Amino acid sequence: MAFKKCAVPFAGTAEQEAQLKAVIADHKDDRGALMPVLQKAQEIYGYLPIEVQTMIAEGMDIPLEKVYGVVTFYAQFSLNPKGKYRISVCLGTACYVKGSGDIFNKFSEILGIKGGEITPDGKFSLDACRCIGACGLAPVLTVNEDVYGNLTVDDVEKILAKYE
Amino acid sequence: MVNIKINGIDCQAPEGSTILEACRLAGIRIPTLCYLKEINAIGACRICVVEVKGARSLVAACVYPINEGMEIFTATPKVIESRKTTLELLLSNHNKSCLSCVRSGNCELQTLCEEYGVDATRFNGEMTRSDIDCSAAHMYRDNSKCISCRRCVAACAKTQGIGVIGANERGFATEITCAFDMALADTACVSCGQCITACPVGALSEKDDTQKVLDAIADPEKYVVVQAAPAVRASLGEAFGYPVGTNVEGKMVAALRRLGFDKVFDTNFSADLTIMEEANEFIGRVQNGGVLPMITSCSPGWIRYCENYFPDFIPNLSSCKSPQQMFGAVTKTYFAEKNGIDPKNIVSVSVMPCTAKKFELGRDDQAAAGVPDVDISITTRELARLIKKAGIMFNQLPDEKCDSPLGTGTGAAVIFGATGGVMEAALRTAVWTLEGKKDGTPIEFTEVRGVEGIKEATYNVAGMEVKVAIASGLANAKALLKKVQAGEANYHFIEIMGCPGGCVNGGGQIIQPAEVRNFTDIRADRAKVLYSIDEANTLRFSHENPDVKALYDEFLGEPNSHKAHEILHTSYKAQKLSK
Repeated sequence: MAFKKCAVPFAGTAEQEAQLKAVIADHKDDRGALMPVLQKAQEIYGYLPIEVQTMIAEGMDIPLEKVYGVVTFYAQFSLNPKGKYRISVCLGTACYVKGSGDIFNKFSEILGIKGGEITPDGKFSLDACRCIGACGLAPVLTVNEDVYGNLTVDDVEKILAKYE
Repeated sequence: MVNIKINGIDCQAPEGSTILEACRLAGIRIPTLCYLKEINAIGACRICVVEVKGARSLVAACVYPINEGMEIFTATPKVIESRKTTLELLLSNHNKSCLSCVRSGNCELQTLCEEYGVDATRFNGEMTRSDIDCSAAHMYRDNSKCISCRRCVAACAKTQGIGVIGANERGFATEITCAFDMALADTACVSCGQCITACPVGALSEKDDTQKVLDAIADPEKYVVVQAAPAVRASLGEAFGYPVGTNVEGKMVAALRRLGFDKVFDTNFSADLTIMEEANEFIGRVQNGGVLPMITSCSPGWIRYCENYFPDFIPNLSSCKSPQQMFGAVTKTYFAEKNGIDPKNIVSVSVMPCTAKKFELGRDDQAAAGVPDVDISITTRELARLIKKAGIMFNQLPDEKCDSPLGTGTGAAVIFGATGGVMEAALRTAVWTLEGKKDGTPIEFTEVRGVEGIKEATYNVAGMEVKVAIASGLANAKALLKKVQAGEANYHFIEIMGCPGGCVNGGGQIIQPAEVRNFTDIRADRAKVLYSIDEANTLRFSHENPDVKALYDEFLGEPNSHKAHEILHTSYKAQKLSK
């Protein structure tokens, strides 16, 4: 069993905790309150690490597993924060048929992380996205606001080097 | 009653019945996988589908209620084809190492695949990747055999109010795991094993310790002593074709002897001993203003639950070790001394209806002779496995009696295996102690019997009103303790058993398929065995056990003496819920 603890240390503030507690208090007696609480929690922290999910479980008096089950079911929730450099590889149809899957896997291999994860130094996070409307440049990826197109697997190391 | 037609034949069934129940009444068996009565009713697996006239599609019989005039068809080509495809799809993502699977021959999926003549390789393809979790002391999880029916999830969350396992991720990646893929040993799991007995397939099983037992028996240096808990004799026979609710005490003893144990003893002995200590501890608490309500400590699943979830109640727990541990402690002190055996050379084996006992034997403060009180604990299922492997023809065994001196038990001891039994046994001795023996001293306290999750009773003992409560199943325990915490109820004495119905329905008992559990109450059937053994016993008070008396006379002094405390009592501590 690989315990899925977030690679980056949790750095939540007392202020964030107070905000989360207020959200839980607002929803405590509502049916189906877990979804809105999770959405607000993700707004507050940017992601939902074990520390945040534990606060929610305790605050709502439900098992941690129940919280985690919902978080991992919905794509809208993230267990990890975003990196300083957010790599987003398009796996939309056009990019995919042009080989973006291999490019995604190359990033994963070099950085040692899977999609949705972050490197332990907090520098890079890797995500797959769907069409970004630049199919003419397929395969396409973005790093923060920078767009890269017409790529091959060999370009991956060069792109990463720019951000070292 | 509601009038319906099943396969063209008029029948009736009570209002509120599901199609599954109505068909059963009419003698039609409908297969189920995800449905388990009182535990899981989610209509998810689609194996129970039937045709209903006028319905848009096939309906799930396990959750679909009948209504007046309904016409049901249970075995049309459409129904059969659908069930068969469902099975084939399940097999497409199933580790089919059935030949030596722990559940082979007792697997609900295997049974159905055979019945429906499925093509096991119709849909070959990618399988969900999964890891084996063997982190916990008591169990083994192999998700490559999991069919995602969620019976274990419901047993953990609903029946036990714990919820450390659940369906995580989505779609093809969905797996029944712990939050953040934590190892089970790092969660608040209490080792009750209710998930294992709920599992229809071989995904969940007890940790098999049978090889350790065989090795110990084969070692000429070792003196191997075995004890068997009360509830084992009420279930073991099920593995050899006897109906649920058959007493196989004598054959069980004979089988243990033939397996080669040096001494075959009975946990009933230490159940009586527990009563001596616990009833006197209770009287002491009442007379000296000790912490009340006092709560029983026989069930290691309950003890762990208390430490995890209700640490405030730790002072209320009886300090008595469980009967398993008391037995081991007496074996390695009194019995060893009396027979001139070095306790280090004794291997103390227990046969238990329980998986949490595997965890309990490794707890702190369970080593009266400086070595563990109990070395190996096997479940009823593992004993059945040992008997089969040894080629012992169980059905042909004579009825035999346990060895002396730790093989004697009273009727009060044997009922420990049913919810309310410990309370009743304690009341028998407590009332006798306080009021003295006289004609009409009550033996049976029927108010505390039965499978209800929470029971209450009030007794007048020596002029004092004694209020007692009994809970079995940890969700019931939680409800009861919350009432006590809120001041809505108060009691002097509470019995809590981790498993619903008590040890007879423990996580280590012979697994009965949903087909049996959905239509009979195995808790009540097995409990009946214990109450009839009690009734037939000439000794029905724990303090009448001659071997227990001898133990006090020769060794311990009196109940709750300093020596008794050192050997027979233990301590607890609050635990963090999970890493």
